[in-house]
Amino acid sequence: MSERILDIVGLTKVYGSVRANEDITMHVDRGEIVALLGENGAGKSTLVKQIFGLGRPDAGTITINGDPAKIKDPTDASARGIGMVHQHFQLVPVMTVAENVILGHEPTKGLSLNLSAARALVTEISERHGLAVDPDATIEDLPVGTQQRVEIIKALSRQVDLLILDEPTAVLTPQETDELLAVMKELAAAGTSIVFITHKLREVLAVADRVYVLRRGKTVGEVRAADTDAAGLAQMMVGRSVVLQVDKADPQVGDEVLKVDDLHVLDDRKLPAVNGFTVAVRAGEIVGVAGVEGNGQRELVEAIAGMRRPVSGTVSLSGKDITTADPHATHAAGLGHIPEDREKHGLVSGYSIADNLVLNRFDEPEFTSGVMRDFGAIKENAANWIQVFDIRTPSGELPASSLSGGNKQKVVVAREMSAKPKLLLAAQPTRGVDVGSIEFIHRRIVEARDAGAAVLLVSAELDEILSLSDRIAVVHAGKVVAEMPAAGADRTKIGELMAGGHHEG
Amino acid sequence: MTQWLAKNKSAAIIALVVLVVAYGFWAMSPDKATSMLRFAWTLSIPLVLGALTGVIGERSGIVNIGIEGQMLAAAFTGFFVAANTGNLWLGVLSGLLVGAVMGAFLAWIAVVFQVDQIILGVVMNIVATGVTSFYYVQGKVLPSAMPTFSIPLLSDLPLVGVFFQGGPIALLTLFTVLGTWYALFRTRWGLRTRAIGEYPTAADTAGIGVNKMRIINTTIAGLLAGAAGVFMSMEQTSSFARDMSAGKGFLALAIMIFGAWFPGRALAAALFFGLASAVASQLQADKVVDIPQQFVNLLPYVLTLLVLALAAGRVRAPASEGIPFVKGEGS
Ligand SMILES: Nc1ncnc2c1ncn2[C@@H]1O[C@H](COP(=O)(O)OP(=O)(O)OP(=O)(O)O)[C@@H](O)[C@H]1O
Ligand SMILES: [Mg+2]
Repeated sequence: MSERILDIVGLTKVYGSVRANEDITMHVDRGEIVALLGENGAGKSTLVKQIFGLGRPDAGTITINGDPAKIKDPTDASARGIGMVHQHFQLVPVMTVAENVILGHEPTKGLSLNLSAARALVTEISERHGLAVDPDATIEDLPVGTQQRVEIIKALSRQVDLLILDEPTAVLTPQETDELLAVMKELAAAGTSIVFITHKLREVLAVADRVYVLRRGKTVGEVRAADTDAAGLAQMMVGRSVVLQVDKADPQVGDEVLKVDDLHVLDDRKLPAVNGFTVAVRAGEIVGVAGVEGNGQRELVEAIAGMRRPVSGTVSLSGKDITTADPHATHAAGLGHIPEDREKHGLVSGYSIADNLVLNRFDEPEFTSGVMRDFGAIKENAANWIQVFDIRTPSGELPASSLSGGNKQKVVVAREMSAKPKLLLAAQPTRGVDVGSIEFIHRRIVEARDAGAAVLLVSAELDEILSLSDRIAVVHAGKVVAEMPAAGADRTKIGELMAGGHHEG
Repeated sequence: MTQWLAKNKSAAIIALVVLVVAYGFWAMSPDKATSMLRFAWTLSIPLVLGALTGVIGERSGIVNIGIEGQMLAAAFTGFFVAANTGNLWLGVLSGLLVGAVMGAFLAWIAVVFQVDQIILGVVMNIVATGVTSFYYVQGKVLPSAMPTFSIPLLSDLPLVGVFFQGGPIALLTLFTVLGTWYALFRTRWGLRTRAIGEYPTAADTAGIGVNKMRIINTTIAGLLAGAAGVFMSMEQTSSFARDMSAGKGFLALAIMIFGAWFPGRALAAALFFGLASAVASQLQADKVVDIPQQFVNLLPYVLTLLVLALAAGRVRAPASEGIPFVKGEGS
């Protein structure tokens, strides 16, 4: 029998009235890649955090390398060979890569930090595993994909037997994902065990040896990856079969709703990000913007939503010029915006779920009585959307910060859809969301379109673009390089265009 | 060097202005210039020490607006302990301790009970004012004046020699600035301190005891506020007066911000303020200008505000200052 690195028996963790983990039993052997699958709020993050010493189990044991002693804190976990990459990056934005990697186990020379040793350590790990990164770069200047690499280097910088990756691919481009999967395989081959959380079944099937499926805090299945397929995994997760393909009727196209004309926008570093972007979206159609992340999509979306002022060009919504309107005005003009970064732009995490569900509509007559807020209506509204969107929470009065990642996303989507927008601007609408909910959100987007909304969908997932869109605009270097009907669009062709390949006509 | 200049533009500009002005005066009248610089430096010392208290606290994530109160209480305690026991050093020590204890109290309440740090600071200031004026008695004197020292060679330098002579606290201030900078940016303690003030959950997942470290750091920083107070009642003058901190603790906070939370820049900013004050009072003494006293007194504040606002550009506070850290949230 192979060596047991991790053995969990009967683990239970309770948060107030939520049984986040209930009687979980699982194990991981040396060199094995084990995937944890489950719906949003199933308890995956809760489970792995306890392995890393963040939060103590209420019952059950976690045995590491044969030692069942309680894991006191992350220091203890690291000392016992556990490394973790968190769902939300744990990097200090103003510090350099090297400083972040050594934080907590700093090499010193006399009284001073030994930063050259730190740099050498980063370079050594990054070369050994092909994780290219500049040790002296400041974290906040790095794209998310690189930050992810830093997180992995940080975990590997301590001797790790078991590496935990909590949704590492949620923010990666497909290429970056493939690179990460290759690194994982190589680590496993060298004897490191990996626990891997993801919502993307393709990734599970590509790298995992075994899969545990969690539902509402319990393990509901264990299967060898080789013995199953995407549909089987989805079925286990949700408890019913999931339609991975969206059916939709032909679009009933109406008047032009969104018109973006020759738009130029700068990024945070004041460099041109959007360079003459032109697109039109009519009522009742979904236009997908396909492109490798970092080609101006974020700036485009922010400019349309009124969060970033364009340098030149115009944006109009149903004939009304909103080029320089602020987010309040664009919302009033009929724009619903699902932002890419839900933590920063979608939610106020200290506010209750109910308040978050009316965050940009609190002053509408529906939610006010006189000058006061109408708490009854707000509560009713929350109860309704929590039920419709199946947001997993015991109460709408809890702060949004208590929700799991995917459930936060559902709150944002529910709020923006609830205003019945004329234009729905959806940026990465299903990032970090489980397959069942992806299906649900996709269905909702299609319904909004059938009800006459114009939808501009921006996504790094080509599959999402292909299955939802009626028309596809391929963006490269801040402008549309090709536009085509989605029906019969060719994946490879789009891939080439996204990478900056030429197009004819 | 050029890289350092590019990164520390504001410090370089201020240092240059200070130097040019100082040597301008020196060329005109060496004695007058030296005494002006001494005046400026003496004025700066409590400001620098107070600003360092703020820098260490806020870099660790604790906002301390009670520095004014710490200074006042330390000035009071130092003076009266020395006067009553007849032991100068016992006075100094107890002044420092009062600063540290108040720092520890602020951090402890802020961390354990998560009371708003601004409110805590305000309360500390009010209590310090109340207690020190209530127990104040007139007519006490220090057993002896604070001894002064001068560092050989360095103190003989023209003009800048003033930095290397004076009482123990004055002499140690320059080294404290250097030491704080080194500790914050070159040591393990500094890296961890900056991490807990910027992004405590990251520090926590790296195994650093965020709250414990915040309490310890604010306590150590309190020693410096204590030193500032002791300096006021025992070194700068030899007497305690009601409310003698007179807003210096708040000025120190402004200097901390102008210094962008860097010790060296805070020193430059404090010195600039001191120099502006020296120039203002010199102008008045020389009857160069004939404008009401109040306006002349305003000059250093206005000048400092203008020059530093222009030179400092956009500064950024530690991201998590003032926010209580609760384990398990946000990770
Ligand atoms: N600190 C907390 N306080 C209260 N409830 C919590 C807390 N942390 C997690 N929960 C609850 O525990 C449950 C499990 O959350 P967890 O974050 O483990 O889900 P997850 O499986 O990682 O989901 P996702 O895929 O969306 O990230 C959720 O219902 C969540 O609301
Ligand atoms: Mg999670």
